[in-house]
Amino acid sequence: MSKITKEQVEHVADLARLSFTEAEIEDFTNQMSKVIDYAEVLNELDTENVEPTTHVMDVRNVLREDNVKPSLQREEALKNAPKQKDGQFEVPSVLD
Amino acid sequence: MKFETIIGLEVHSELKTNSKIFCGCSTAFGAPPNTHTCPICLGHPGVLPVLNQRAVDYAIKAAVALNCEIAEETKFDRKNYFYPDNPKAYQISQFDKPVGENGWIEIEVDGYKKRIGITRIHLEEDAGKLTHDDYDDASLVDFNRVGTPLIEIVSEPDIRTPNEAYAYLEKLKAILQYTEVSDCKMEEGSLRCDANISLRPAGQEEFGTKAELKNLNSFTNVQKGLAFEEKRQAEVLLSGGEILQETRRWNEDKKETILMRIKEGSDDYRYFPEPDLVNLYIDHEWIDRIRGGIPELPDARKQRYINDWNIPAYDAGVLTQTKAMADFFEESVEVGADAKQAANWLMGEVNAYLNSEGIEIEEIKMTPKGLAGMIKLIEDGTISGKIAKKVFNEMMKNGGEAKQIVEDKGLVQISDEGQLKAIVDNILDNNQQSIDDFKNGKDKAFGFLVGQAMKETKGKANPQVINKLIKEGLESR
Amino acid sequence: MSFYDETLSSLHTKIKNKEVTITELTEQSFKRIKETDDKIHAFLTLDEERALAKARELDEQEADNLFFGIPAGIKDNIVTKGLRTTCGSQLLDNFEPVHDATVMNRLNEKNVVTVGKLNMDEFAMGSSNENSSYATARNPWNTDHVPGGSSGGSAAAVAAGQVPFTLGSDTGGSIRQPASFCGVVGLKPTYGRVSRFGLVAFASSLDQIGPITRTVEDNAYVLQQIAGHDQLDSTSANMEVADYTSALNQDIAGLRIAVPKEYLGEGVDEGVKARIQEALAKLEELGATWEEVSLPNSKYAVAAYYLLASSEASANLARFDGVRYGVRKEGEDLLDLYKKSRSEGFGDEVKRRIMLGTFALSSGYYDAYYKKAQKVRTLIREDFEHVLNSFDVILGPTVPTTAFKVGENSNDPLTMYLKDILTIPVNLAGNPAISVPCGFSDGLPVGLQLIAKPFEERTLYKVAHAYERATEHTKVKPEL
Repeated sequence: MSKITKEQVEHVADLARLSFTEAEIEDFTNQMSKVIDYAEVLNELDTENVEPTTHVMDVRNVLREDNVKPSLQREEALKNAPKQKDGQFEVPSVLD
Repeated sequence: MKFETIIGLEVHSELKTNSKIFCGCSTAFGAPPNTHTCPICLGHPGVLPVLNQRAVDYAIKAAVALNCEIAEETKFDRKNYFYPDNPKAYQISQFDKPVGENGWIEIEVDGYKKRIGITRIHLEEDAGKLTHDDYDDASLVDFNRVGTPLIEIVSEPDIRTPNEAYAYLEKLKAILQYTEVSDCKMEEGSLRCDANISLRPAGQEEFGTKAELKNLNSFTNVQKGLAFEEKRQAEVLLSGGEILQETRRWNEDKKETILMRIKEGSDDYRYFPEPDLVNLYIDHEWIDRIRGGIPELPDARKQRYINDWNIPAYDAGVLTQTKAMADFFEESVEVGADAKQAANWLMGEVNAYLNSEGIEIEEIKMTPKGLAGMIKLIEDGTISGKIAKKVFNEMMKNGGEAKQIVEDKGLVQISDEGQLKAIVDNILDNNQQSIDDFKNGKDKAFGFLVGQAMKETKGKANPQVINKLIKEGLESR
Repeated sequence: MSFYDETLSSLHTKIKNKEVTITELTEQSFKRIKETDDKIHAFLTLDEERALAKARELDEQEADNLFFGIPAGIKDNIVTKGLRTTCGSQLLDNFEPVHDATVMNRLNEKNVVTVGKLNMDEFAMGSSNENSSYATARNPWNTDHVPGGSSGGSAAAVAAGQVPFTLGSDTGGSIRQPASFCGVVGLKPTYGRVSRFGLVAFASSLDQIGPITRTVEDNAYVLQQIAGHDQLDSTSANMEVADYTSALNQDIAGLRIAVPKEYLGEGVDEGVKARIQEALAKLEELGATWEEVSLPNSKYAVAAYYLLASSEASANLARFDGVRYGVRKEGEDLLDLYKKSRSEGFGDEVKRRIMLGTFALSSGYYDAYYKKAQKVRTLIREDFEHVLNSFDVILGPTVPTTAFKVGENSNDPLTMYLKDILTIPVNLAGNPAISVPCGFSDGLPVGLQLIAKPFEERTLYKVAHAYERATEHTKVKPEL
């Protein structure tokens, strides 16, 4: 039945930058296992010679000319920033 | 035990487009923070990328110049990771279908030639720039650079010494500059290099565990960092230790590599095809059009200098290291300079001047025509080598034509024997001691007398004539 | 005056003839919203001051087009410059876009008056509106029931007579399902027909913006205005937009209808089945013929959809990290800030899908889940292609049931996902589809879904309009 372990769920949460309580991890493990189990239905289909679909329309080579367009005013660029300083976005120190 | 060093290099090079890869913001360097940004490159909700044609052209150009096979069908993928300089939390890059694969470049180092394989070249977007704010102990993000088109060039692990690594980078840089796809300015970050290095016992097939070196901010530091790491790893292995898969940074002050982090497993970037961009088909016409725009590359130029103008191989190599230098050289020859003389001046005086001033050849005032004119004046005896230096310095600082400078400053060489004989006779009359010394076998005295004559003529005397006259004078006394 | 008695074209005539001013029209919209929205909760943000100012300005000008001065509501995942855009999420509670979506530009250039932003399941993930991190929107036909989702607010607002039309977005049925639940007309255009620029992405390869209206005619008018190539969207179709309105008032004699047996099988409510069969009979009366067909891979659509949509969503929603916009929760360090901002900002369903998507893309699982689902997607596309080679439209219910009660399904995600079985395959295939009201079952609306070949929206409007003219379903209005 359940192919997903708690450890896997914790690892995935870490990749997704989400944190959960123990109880939530438990819940997610169950729910994800159910959905993944359900997804096993796809294995009924032989898709060996089937091309995957990334785009439904076969549109190709959409390109733009290398022209400079006006940028935002700096105040606009920073308007929604939760924290800013000296015209830049501020985050906790990351430099090692 | 003897070890063999295995080195592979990953080079990121910013492409010289006007606008960013997926939006119309300018890529110009040095603007105030966050003034070259828009909702697209800031990764605002709801925005979509549209690919810059020139970025693709340049990636193809670089790939062709690096002898790669060009993908007929290529696509973009999302590389997922969280970091404050990565606004969408995914970088649009290329995973399994890079623009170019299986290329190579030839290097020449310590007297041997060698081909270094290029695994792949792919297109991607650059990240923003993080700086540290000491006052708040925080990091600040400037997104001007985010979205600048980059090519990543991954070499095969064919490099065996730090010197080969250096030569590879020099050659790669030359090719990228010749093709005019990148400025390759390491100090502005438009060229960046990470290095992978591992050791294995000589004769062993299997690779050893590798370390990844970062913060290599000049070619010299790549060389130094690799040399340090080569030694460090050998010491660890010889003392029975184990090399861990780690990322190390080069510390320029301490001249050593320092452990940043130990890698556990591989990073999980969860690549998947970018649904917001459509596939790219590169047909022969497109490749031919790009190929047609690739100028003669350094190796071909070098060979031509050797064949056509008898330039020594080493000199030809130096002259073709940058396109600007090679162009200067060829233009000088075109407007009449003797090729060997022009090469000597560029290799000697010009290079020394560039080094002492810390500038590039594009920034000097002397023109190829100026150099050619000066060489001609030396050849026809109008000026001496000594005077030429004065003319050269004047042209480097203020430009102009050699002939005009010589005329304006009265620097024409005096070759008139009658005029010079009077001067020589006068010097001999007043330097009996030197004459005696010379006759007693002290050759130095001859040089002193020549020097006096040059001084008297403010360097304008034709040295050959002076030599002859002094010799005759000494013999007759 | 009431929007129930009007269409875009009748409103336009009244504006032109000065029977009503745009200010009055706009005031009417806000009045109706205020009367009904404490029960319906269709709107998340009202832009009253600016809307009225614009209305007064427009009253000074000549009404030069059908949309001139028409009030509209916009789903809150379509960015509107200077107007709060939350996507139904607390995380974007304070987000004010600095640019307009392409569809907004298309409406603004015709001087539509945007009255506000509409409620939705958070980041368009849900089929009930219960995943809105604000109040749950309610079904105007019975406020104990959900309006559907994710464009629940967009469908409810039209059904409640608050605005003449709204825009929604459809990733797995998010326009058609709430349209069906609320008894209004909702169209998901062909993938690539309407620009996605400015639509906050849920699943980029599936998302489409589309109109929700009371009548088929109005729907055609709105699509006509928003459809078309956009240089800012690389996936937008670079082909001419068909003349949708000329497809109206056409005869459908000889129309070939395919009825997939999977669409009227197990799990479809009897009441819903009955309404669909009646509709089929009505279309036959109008000269259409029909045959039963099979879309054998439809049953795999839900699994493929949840893997693909969640995978894309896991990347699309990664940018909500508290650095450049949105609500930030400070932490001990950067990692903590990311985790807190995201964990406290996103609701459960969003987190579930991010988790599922991250898992499906993660090292070692990509081929088994993501890639497999992409291959199944190809098979589903081929099913539609095959059937639509011999038929003009595919017909079935939009949803197997009528609107369920608030709270009825919310604790079992998988059961909830399976209710989208009839709408999801269409998104995977990229085809256009419309939901039109076809009567009631136990007092709640039932929707008829019609699916056509890519870029054949004309066919959908032709059939839907013929059906609408022959019935009275769009004329019924809810008691509120």
